[in-house]
Amino acid sequence: MSKFTEDDLKKELETKEYEYGFYTDIESDTFPVGLNEDVVRAISAKKNEPQWMTDWRVDAFRIWSEMEEPEWANVNYDKPDFQAISYYSAPKKADPNKTLNDVDPELLATFEKLGISLDEQKKLSGVAVDVVVDSVSVATTFKKTLSEKGIIFCSISEAIQEHPELVKKYIGSIVPKTDNFYAALNSAVFTDGSFCYIPKGVRCPMELSTYFRINQGGTGQFERTLLVADQGSYVSYLEGCTAPSRDENQLHAAVVELIALDDAEIKYSTVQNWFPGSKEGKGGVFNFVTKRGLCETNAKISWTQVETGSAVTWKYPSCILKGANSVGEFYSIAVTNNFQQADTGTKMIHLGKNSKSTIISKGISAGKSQNSYRGLVQISPRAENARNFSQCDSLLMGNECGAHTFPYIEAKNKSAIIEHEATTSKIGEDQIFYCNQRGIDTEKAIALIVNGFSKEVLNKLPMEFAVEAQKLLEISLEGSVG
Amino acid sequence: MELKEKLVSSFLAFEANVDTTSPIHDIRIEALKSFEAYGFPTKKLEAWKYTSLNSVIKNDFSIFPKKEVALEFKDVKKYFISDLDSYKIVFIDGVYSSHLSETTHDKIDVCLMSSALSQNRFKPVIDVYYNTVAKEDGMTALNTAFAKEGAYIYIPKNTAADKPIQVIHFSTGVDGAAMLQPRNLIVCEDNSEVTIIERHQNLSDKKVFTNSVTEMYTGNNAHIDYYKIQNDTDASSLVDNTFTEQHSNSVCSVHTFAFGGEITRNNLNFYQKGQGIDSILNGVTILEGKTHVDHNTLVEHQEPNCESHQDYKGIFDEKSTGVFNGKIIVEQEAQKTNAFQSNNNILLSDKATVNSKPQLEIFADDVKCSHGCTIGQLDESALFYMRSRGIATKEAKALLMYAFANNVLESVKIPQLKTRINKIIADKLGVNIGFDL
Repeated sequence: MSKFTEDDLKKELETKEYEYGFYTDIESDTFPVGLNEDVVRAISAKKNEPQWMTDWRVDAFRIWSEMEEPEWANVNYDKPDFQAISYYSAPKKADPNKTLNDVDPELLATFEKLGISLDEQKKLSGVAVDVVVDSVSVATTFKKTLSEKGIIFCSISEAIQEHPELVKKYIGSIVPKTDNFYAALNSAVFTDGSFCYIPKGVRCPMELSTYFRINQGGTGQFERTLLVADQGSYVSYLEGCTAPSRDENQLHAAVVELIALDDAEIKYSTVQNWFPGSKEGKGGVFNFVTKRGLCETNAKISWTQVETGSAVTWKYPSCILKGANSVGEFYSIAVTNNFQQADTGTKMIHLGKNSKSTIISKGISAGKSQNSYRGLVQISPRAENARNFSQCDSLLMGNECGAHTFPYIEAKNKSAIIEHEATTSKIGEDQIFYCNQRGIDTEKAIALIVNGFSKEVLNKLPMEFAVEAQKLLEISLEGSVG
Repeated sequence: MELKEKLVSSFLAFEANVDTTSPIHDIRIEALKSFEAYGFPTKKLEAWKYTSLNSVIKNDFSIFPKKEVALEFKDVKKYFISDLDSYKIVFIDGVYSSHLSETTHDKIDVCLMSSALSQNRFKPVIDVYYNTVAKEDGMTALNTAFAKEGAYIYIPKNTAADKPIQVIHFSTGVDGAAMLQPRNLIVCEDNSEVTIIERHQNLSDKKVFTNSVTEMYTGNNAHIDYYKIQNDTDASSLVDNTFTEQHSNSVCSVHTFAFGGEITRNNLNFYQKGQGIDSILNGVTILEGKTHVDHNTLVEHQEPNCESHQDYKGIFDEKSTGVFNGKIIVEQEAQKTNAFQSNNNILLSDKATVNSKPQLEIFADDVKCSHGCTIGQLDESALFYMRSRGIATKEAKALLMYAFANNVLESVKIPQLKTRINKIIADKLGVNIGFDL
């Protein structure tokens, strides 16, 4: 076997095309492009929503129209034209009864191509999948098993119809309509998403999972996820995304709200592999997401993310540690290549006594990409004995990429203990030499080092997902991840 | 009237007292325009996120000193490192005091900015270096517009300054609240060496707002050691803008000892323009009361094989606020860079605040860059250990704090200065122990 050097890896990274770039032709029920109050009302009407929801959306739209697009992130892109996006698109053959047999066979083939064949998953992995293709839920499985435990896991539109009291109570409570530009936009125009409620003391018996997929050209996807874990419950939620290869930029502005009531625990894992643009930096998905969780007393929220896709990623899964003894965790791997840009990180807001947070962020930049970590650790005056540990490591491959770290640390309590550490380096020649010396060839050595570099985060993924994550990582780092 | 308008409108009066025909004045006019455009920095600027000058600029400052005040050396002796043989450049309310100063033109030039700007023999140096290192922002532009006095230090090639230089700015408050804008230029040509100690001291309880700009040029193999002692009264605010340009194999270290002042903002910028450069930025901050200190550092690595070391320690009590905003930029060409940044803080009170933002921006791959930041408390078990051996709590705490800051204090190369800083720290901590254990 010929020697695999870092240069080869670099070359391979540059030339590697997006594997999952294909386009499924499904007749869509698509709105004409443009956004105004009527469109917002029409979306609401289309989804047959109650009046309070319509009012909420319209209010959000009014707030949004007063807002300006933020510019502080360390990313450059052509601003999306919000009047050139269609705000609603649903696969036509979606059936409200939603059995697997009713699902469009073409769609099923799409999933098969992605390696997430529904029936296979149903039989083998025991994962309930709430598939979202272009904003409308087309298949929900394992609902029965879940409902026996009293767990509600459905699309958010369904939840608005069937559990309005829960949705009304919690929607917008963590990410208010006024929060930011994209959250306001999402609040106005979200078409679907997932809703999950775990009742008191219930431990969700399986990993809940949603696969997002942007499909129709020129449609933005505005997902809304609301996850409520009632007292003493536990849930592990998986979210994964791939998108077909398209030339024009697609906008994705999702909002994810997590609520962990007393003693509850939520584990939220994401694998994001949307179309990152061609290697000339053309096209690709804009991923501007607002994710936030609230921890009450003794509650725990853990965010794990593997980010390999999107032309521009801009997201900060955050934890508000409101209750005493609450715990927030953030584990992230962000891989950027070619012209990708990522500005991602987390916010840990410590309000409760003895609250703890851990941040482990690994950035790998290759090609001409820019990878930024931006994080906030804030200790309020009342958060006694708050504890934070942050570690942000960056690995650079090639001399045209950049790695940036912008940590904000604000402490207002004397009993707080905060540690922040960041390093930036390339794969050390001495490390490779050490491996070579012991009979490990360069390819294996690089694989070993990159693997070791990201292992800390990969280990945090649920087992069912770890395989998928590895698979998606390969797109950016094939040949180096073993 | 707002301070900004007052400053802009007083420029005419300022012009009456300076040589408006010199090229320096063109620079001033340009700078005034920039200041009009920038204004005073606000919290909306990312670099000023944690520091607001509003409480300072709302005061009605007198911009030009009206009366000249003479000070007796015995009255201000304690502010000098008097047991150190040194050159001295002393200003009282922004006006040079020949009585207290000791300057030289023997081999090296240690004198006044006003003479350097007006006399022809300094022209070659001024033309090449003046206002070239400073980068423009609101506060720097403001200083440039009104610059006429400050320290001028020129060390020619292959020369080492024979003794350290003390630069001291006194303010007396005879005109009420005063705004001072000293402008310093330090040029160290190839293979030269100099040590400088700088201090700002308010002698009254009147408000003082100092907006200082120091430009440092460090030639090939040159060596600058710069010590800033900021132990001013609670009525004093300081915005210190220091810009350093370094060339190959030079070493420049700036040590900032911030112990007081209403609002102190240090903008410390290093631009590395050569190889084999070492930049050292050290700081010890010990605060109590309602004081606020903001260290804003920038190190720009532009060429390969350079190093930078930043070490900032802070201890914050009562309602004090500490800010550290450090930025390391490694340009694409700057391969083999080693850049380190460390910021450690101890919070002693629940009303004290620490905001830290250690940033890395890296565009080169073959580098070793790291930063670390910690916020914590004194070690309870260490305190207990000492108390169980008969050391009182206060002394035990003082010892721990001293130990915490020690590796920065160790880097002070002048023994007399080190003793002085130790004494200031002992006074601040209210203990009577010599730390030279």
